[in-house]
Amino acid sequence: METHFEMELDGLKQKLLLMASHAETAVNQAVQALVQRDSDLAVQVKENDRVIDQFEVEIDDLVIQLLTKAPLATNLRLVTVAMKISQNLERIGDEASKVAKRARDLSREAPVKINLDLPRMATLALNMVKAALDAFVNWDSAAARAIIPRDKEVDALNKQIHEALAKHMVANPDTIGRCLNWMVATKSLERIADHAKNVAEEVVYLCEAQDIRHSGAKGQGAPAPAPGA
Amino acid sequence: MPPTTNQTPASGPEQKSTVAPALTVRHLSVFFGGNQVLKNTSLDIAARAVTAIIGPSGCGKSTFLRAINRMHELTPEARVEGEIRLFGEDIYARGVEPVVVRRRVGMVFQKSNPFPTMSIVDNVTVGLRLNGVRQRKLLAERTEQSLRMAALWDEVKDRLHAPAISLSGGQQQRLCIARALAVQPEVLLMDEPASALDPLATAKIEDLILELKKEYTIVIVTHNMQQAARMSDYTAFFYLGELVEFGPTAKIFTSPAQKRTEDYVTGRFG
Repeated sequence: METHFEMELDGLKQKLLLMASHAETAVNQAVQALVQRDSDLAVQVKENDRVIDQFEVEIDDLVIQLLTKAPLATNLRLVTVAMKISQNLERIGDEASKVAKRARDLSREAPVKINLDLPRMATLALNMVKAALDAFVNWDSAAARAIIPRDKEVDALNKQIHEALAKHMVANPDTIGRCLNWMVATKSLERIADHAKNVAEEVVYLCEAQDIRHSGAKGQGAPAPAPGA
Repeated sequence: MPPTTNQTPASGPEQKSTVAPALTVRHLSVFFGGNQVLKNTSLDIAARAVTAIIGPSGCGKSTFLRAINRMHELTPEARVEGEIRLFGEDIYARGVEPVVVRRRVGMVFQKSNPFPTMSIVDNVTVGLRLNGVRQRKLLAERTEQSLRMAALWDEVKDRLHAPAISLSGGQQQRLCIARALAVQPEVLLMDEPASALDPLATAKIEDLILELKKEYTIVIVTHNMQQAARMSDYTAFFYLGELVEFGPTAKIFTSPAQKRTEDYVTGRFG
């Protein structure tokens, strides 16, 4: 039978997953607003960011309450990791807002005639976010570790797009303002992938009690005993 | 299978692993009649550190503690196999008197037990007087020293001849600690020393233990894992008479290696 505390931890996980779904929706809608030049959708994304911010506040509050009950071992790691994941999801929401802002600005001007693989970049970043949250739900450190190198692909695509935009600006100075907006938007997508990587690193810590941030050692590690397995 | 080979934390707080342990326990088993209560336990207790012993009721924690100062011998049909060395000396060697061991390894119990017919000062000095110490100056010095170490001196210095039972519960427990310290033990054993106390008194005992560990080796049995996390440098988890896991407290409570430890500290059993 689940203890009362375990039910509270489940509640925390559910809240985190709900926050994640809002963050993913925000990114999807922001990219859609950008590609389809939909100003109304862009405004909606910015307004909905308040919901994601509120989730962070509520999760922090819940974490503090749970910490007063002095959780230990996996419970302690879960509670502290939940706080960090919510911070990353909140930042993903902010980046989606930035994309939405650029989408709104760009929708008011003539489109730039340049082929950018931004939808693919957005898909890569969003898939990383989804995979990181799946790894969290499934307590799968191997899956979490597999996400980390995918960030390089997003970085490479960002660099490629920035180079293409830079070339276009040089050749077409009248597009500088609009191209800079595109650069900011793609930079935000690159940051979203960074946050997904951060979430994956937190999941590794949760599962293995190993802190792999800021180190080159991203290889396989032995997981700590999973709760109730 | 629980670990049966020597367990010494590979690294612990303040690099204590380079200092010789205060107690080395090897293949310790304790029997009461035909009942084996402790099974083949081996570990090293670090000197000048606090080691917490945790585990569910009946797991052998108190039996382990009592074996360290041979208190289990007060129970009929108690029998020990294996070895315990106190700074290298076998405490179960032929010719070693239990009373001598208990002078070097003091004990404080869950329920404070000052001698009810004695005054505060007499309680502190009783161990010394039983060992033949008569000099008034020495007894007075040791009284003040022990009561200061037990963080009780300021509260009782003006009424040393008052009955010990006139003290509050927390003060009585600190008096018992002072009584144990008066004979200048090398190791202090504590069996749930704060479990009968209110939070304020408990906090004072915990602070005291953190001070005492600068000079003494302390082994404490506790049911309160948060207390173990607050106070101890190392933690040993026992279950059904076996040592399941032993290591730095921070590791035991954040990422235990054994599933049974994980399940116990997260409240899934026990």
